[in-house]
Amino acid sequence: MTDQRTKTDVPADAPAPVSLTKTSWWKSDGAEPVRRNLGLIGVLIVLVFIGAVTRPELYGDASWVTNNVWTILQQASAIGVVTVGMTFVIIGGGIDLSVGAIIAVAGVWSTTLATQSYGTAGMIFTAIVVGVVVGLVNGVLISYGRLVPFIATLAMMVAARGLAAQISGKQTQVSANSTINDIASTKIFGVPMLVIMLAVVVAGGWVLLNRTTFGRRTVAVGGNPEAARLAGINIRLHTVLLYALSGLCCGIAAIMLTSQATSAQAAMANLYELDAIAAAIIGGTLLSGGRGTIIGALFGVLVFSTITNLFAINNLSTEVQNMVKGAIIVAAVLVQQFRYRSLSQLFSRT
Amino acid sequence: MNDLSRRRILFGSAAIGAGAVLTACTSNNAGENTQINTNKDTEANPNAAPGEKVVIAFSAPAADHGWVAAITNNAKAQAAAYSDVEFKSVEAGADAAAQRAALSTLISQKPSVIVLLPHDGKELNAVGLEAMRAGIPVVNLDRAFPDRGAYRLQIKGDNFGMGLAAGTYIGEQLKAKNISNPIIGEIPGIDSLELTQQRSAGFKEALGVYGFKVANRRPAEFTADTGQRAATELLQALPKIDALWNHDDDQGIGVLAAANQSNRKEFLMVGGAGSKAAIDAIVADNTVLKATVTYSPSMASSAISLARLIGQKKGLSDLVELEVPKEITLASETITKENAAQYAKLGF
Repeated sequence: MTDQRTKTDVPADAPAPVSLTKTSWWKSDGAEPVRRNLGLIGVLIVLVFIGAVTRPELYGDASWVTNNVWTILQQASAIGVVTVGMTFVIIGGGIDLSVGAIIAVAGVWSTTLATQSYGTAGMIFTAIVVGVVVGLVNGVLISYGRLVPFIATLAMMVAARGLAAQISGKQTQVSANSTINDIASTKIFGVPMLVIMLAVVVAGGWVLLNRTTFGRRTVAVGGNPEAARLAGINIRLHTVLLYALSGLCCGIAAIMLTSQATSAQAAMANLYELDAIAAAIIGGTLLSGGRGTIIGALFGVLVFSTITNLFAINNLSTEVQNMVKGAIIVAAVLVQQFRYRSLSQLFSRT
Repeated sequence: MNDLSRRRILFGSAAIGAGAVLTACTSNNAGENTQINTNKDTEANPNAAPGEKVVIAFSAPAADHGWVAAITNNAKAQAAAYSDVEFKSVEAGADAAAQRAALSTLISQKPSVIVLLPHDGKELNAVGLEAMRAGIPVVNLDRAFPDRGAYRLQIKGDNFGMGLAAGTYIGEQLKAKNISNPIIGEIPGIDSLELTQQRSAGFKEALGVYGFKVANRRPAEFTADTGQRAATELLQALPKIDALWNHDDDQGIGVLAAANQSNRKEFLMVGGAGSKAAIDAIVADNTVLKATVTYSPSMASSAISLARLIGQKKGLSDLVELEVPKEITLASETITKENAAQYAKLGF
C-alpha cells in the first residue's frame, strides 16, 4: 500500500531528515486520498447547495429531502457496484470496457423463461455465474492470450451484447419473479435494500483492497508488474481474478437493475463502462494503475448521481448535463496532474 | 503440479455442472405474436387470389428493441401467408454502411420489390435511388428518404400525430376532472432522434389547445432500465403530478416500475406504440397506465401486402386508381379500456 509509509520506517538512530519533520501528515503523500475525498465531498455540498437555492420549496420539506437522498443513492447503486469492480481492475493496471455488456448478458440470461422457472435462487445464481464466467474469459484472454486489456474487453463488449440479443431474441424480458422485483422497493429500517447492497459491496471492496494480501498484490501488480513478478506474485493468475471480480460485480448489478426495471434486455446498462471508468477516475484512481481508492470511486458515482438529480429537479436538458459531466471529468484529471507536477515540486521546495 | 487433486476435480465438476444448468437456461419460448392480414376471401377481395409470383427482398436493422423486432417478425409472417410471395430477408447489420452493403448485394439479385426499414432515411437515400433506377420498386418502411424518386411507396407511422393524440387524451381527461393548472410530465425516448422531437412537438401543440404545458421532461433511451431511471428522477422532481406521457411502451415497463417503487398513484399515464403488455395493463386497469397511442409495427405486414400488389401491378380495390398510392401515413389511435379488446390483436 502506498498509504502506509510513515515516519516509523526511519531507523531510530538515523538523524531525522529535515524534510520529513517539516512536512505535516496533511501535506504528505499518504493524505492524498483523504484530501481528494474531502474535495469530492465539497463538490457534493456545492451541488446540494445549488439545488436548495434553485428549488427552495422542495428543499424546505424535510421528508422530501430524506426521500431525495435515498433516490440519489438508489440511482447510484447499480453503477456504484460496477465501479467497485472497475476500480480494482484499473488499480491492477487494466481496464474493463465490457461491464455494460456483461450486465446485459447476465440480466438477460437470468430472466429467460427457463431460468425464471428455477425461481429466485436460480435467477440470482445465473446472473452471478454468468458475470463471473464472462469476467474469467476476459482475464484469460488478457493474461494467457496476451491481448491488450483495451482490445480484449472491447471485443467482449461487442460479443456479449450480441450474445444478449441472441438469447433475448431482441425482446424485453419481463421478470415475473416478485421477490426479485421487490428488491427495488424494499426498505429495511427505512433504508432501501439497493442502498444496503451498495454499502455491502463498497465495504467488501474496501476491506479487500486495504486489509488483505489480495488488495496489496493488486496495487503491486498495477504499480510495477515486473517488480511484482520478481517479488513472487503470480501476475497472470492475479489479473484473471481481477477481471472475474469485475464480472462478479456486474452480475450483482444485473440483479439490481433487473429488479429496478422489472425486466432485462440486450440494450440495458448502455455505456455503463464509461460512467464507471469516469467515476473511478474522478475518485482518484490512476488510469495507469497502482493507485486508487474505493471510497473515492463511491464519491465519484455520487457526484454524477447528484448532478443528474440536480438537473432533473430544475427540468434542465440532459445535453447540458452531459457537458457538465465531461467538464468534471477533465477537471478531476487536471487536478491529478497538477498534484503530480507542480504540487509535489511546490512542497519539496522549502 | 499434482495432476488431479480432489479440489480440482471438485471445482471442475462444479464448473461443468453449472455450465450444463446455464445452457439449459437460455431457452425462451415466449411465442412470437404477429399481426398479419389473413383475409383469404377472394369474393370480397379479388387481390387475395394468388397471382403472379413476387420475390420480396426485406431488410431491417438488427433490433435490440421490441418494436423493430416486431417489424421483422410481422414482415416474415405476412409473406408466409401468401403462396405467391417468395421472401428474402437480409440482416441490415449494425449501421447504415452495413445496410448499404447488404442492399447492394440484394439489388444485384434482381428481386421484384424491395421492402426496407432503413437505419437512417438520409443515409440510405442513394441505395433507394439505385434500386429504383435498376427497375426495382422500393417500399420505404417508416424512415423517409429525402428524394421522392428513391421510393415507390412510403408507409410510415405518424410521430407528430402520436404526440397530438396523447396530448388530446390527457387534455380531455384533465378538463373532465376540472383541473385548471395541471402538472404534466413527459418521458421521451432518445432525444436526439427526429421522431422524438416530432412526438414532443405534437404533444406540446395538443396541450397548448387546453392551455396546459409540460412541467418536466426527462428523456430515456427506449429501454426499460433507462425508463425506470428517467421516471424516478421525474417523480422525485415533481412531488405531485396529474398526468404523464411516456413515448414508448417498452421503456414504459421501467416507468411503471418506478411509479410502483416510489408509491405514486395520483396521476394518469399514457403510453406510446401499443405493446401487448401495455394493452393488457390498460384492460386490467390496476396501474396508472390508462391509455396508449399507437405506432403499430403492423405497418410491416401492410408493407409486404402492398409490395406484393406493386409486384403484381395491382391497385387497392377500394380506390379508383389502378396502382398502390405513393405515400401512406398510418393514423395514431388512442387505445383505452373501452376499445382495448378491438386493438388486442395489434399489440406486439
